[in-house]
Amino acid sequence: MNGLLGKKLGMSSIFDSNGIIIPVTVIQAGPCKVVRLRTAETDGYEALTIGFGERKEKNLPNPTKVYYKKNGLPAFQVVKEFKSGNPNSLKIGDDVTAELFKEGDKVKVKGKSKGKGFQGVMKRHGFGGVGGTTHGQSDRLRAPGSIGSSSYPSRVFKGQRMAGRMGHENVTVRNLKVVKVVAEKNLIFVKGAIPGAVNSIVEIIKTS
Amino acid sequence: MFSINNLLETENRTDYPDFHPGDHVKVYVKIIEGDKEREQPYEGDVISIRGSKENKTFIVRKISNGVGVERIFPFNSPKITKIELLKRGDVRRAKLFYLRKLSGKAARIKTKKS
Repeated sequence: MNGLLGKKLGMSSIFDSNGIIIPVTVIQAGPCKVVRLRTAETDGYEALTIGFGERKEKNLPNPTKVYYKKNGLPAFQVVKEFKSGNPNSLKIGDDVTAELFKEGDKVKVKGKSKGKGFQGVMKRHGFGGVGGTTHGQSDRLRAPGSIGSSSYPSRVFKGQRMAGRMGHENVTVRNLKVVKVVAEKNLIFVKGAIPGAVNSIVEIIKTS
Repeated sequence: MFSINNLLETENRTDYPDFHPGDHVKVYVKIIEGDKEREQPYEGDVISIRGSKENKTFIVRKISNGVGVERIFPFNSPKITKIELLKRGDVRRAKLFYLRKLSGKAARIKTKKS
């Protein structure tokens, strides 16, 4: 088992052993339940499917509802698969808790970034805007500038960066350090920021 | 608002005297020099207390060799071993940033008559 599902709770700060403040994000990591085992014999690879959170049972698709009922599982908000060297060590319905992680672990956190709406090129792609405001120029400070040449090629190249919808995409932040684990409350304290808004679902994957 | 204190049901430090903006305090700070650890006192006026829960900090201002020095202390910092309350100040504001513009006799804080 190399990862867990969790909920971003918010950011704050704690003191390290030297008394220096470090910024932390607190994640409610688990308790997750094993939903399905993927073994080399049946699936060709080894992994564990785990579920986290809760939702109304009536909102589940029918086949899922039947499967959950058969295995005595509650209705999960999200279900994700994680690599596992030894999936048979756990059974369907077993709890996976934050004890998976310990202080000093390096993790990567996957999440969905906050949606920013329709944004211009300066915010969305880091363009510099068009120069100054002299020589009769106005209204061009945050403009993209030229988007291509003229008669050749007479078109705009595909992939030209322009204004548009920004955010609400999958983002992975790597190399984050676990600074504290509160096992009894299933909380993980990760140094630094992670993607997404408060209460959004994140994947935490152990990398070391 | 999100707070680790609420989450873990922990409290802020309670071993301090009850100090307020305007008070003259002595903060004993742990300092690590090489492998030795010692205490260094820092004496000055509290000019601001801000934040709540684990985000609470206070600013202590003093004049050192004619230069104003301000130090921000996190309230729960394990580096603070002890705080001594030396004088209570009589001030009308919660934030005494106006002291930065004053110098000499004008920058004094009245002592509270108890």
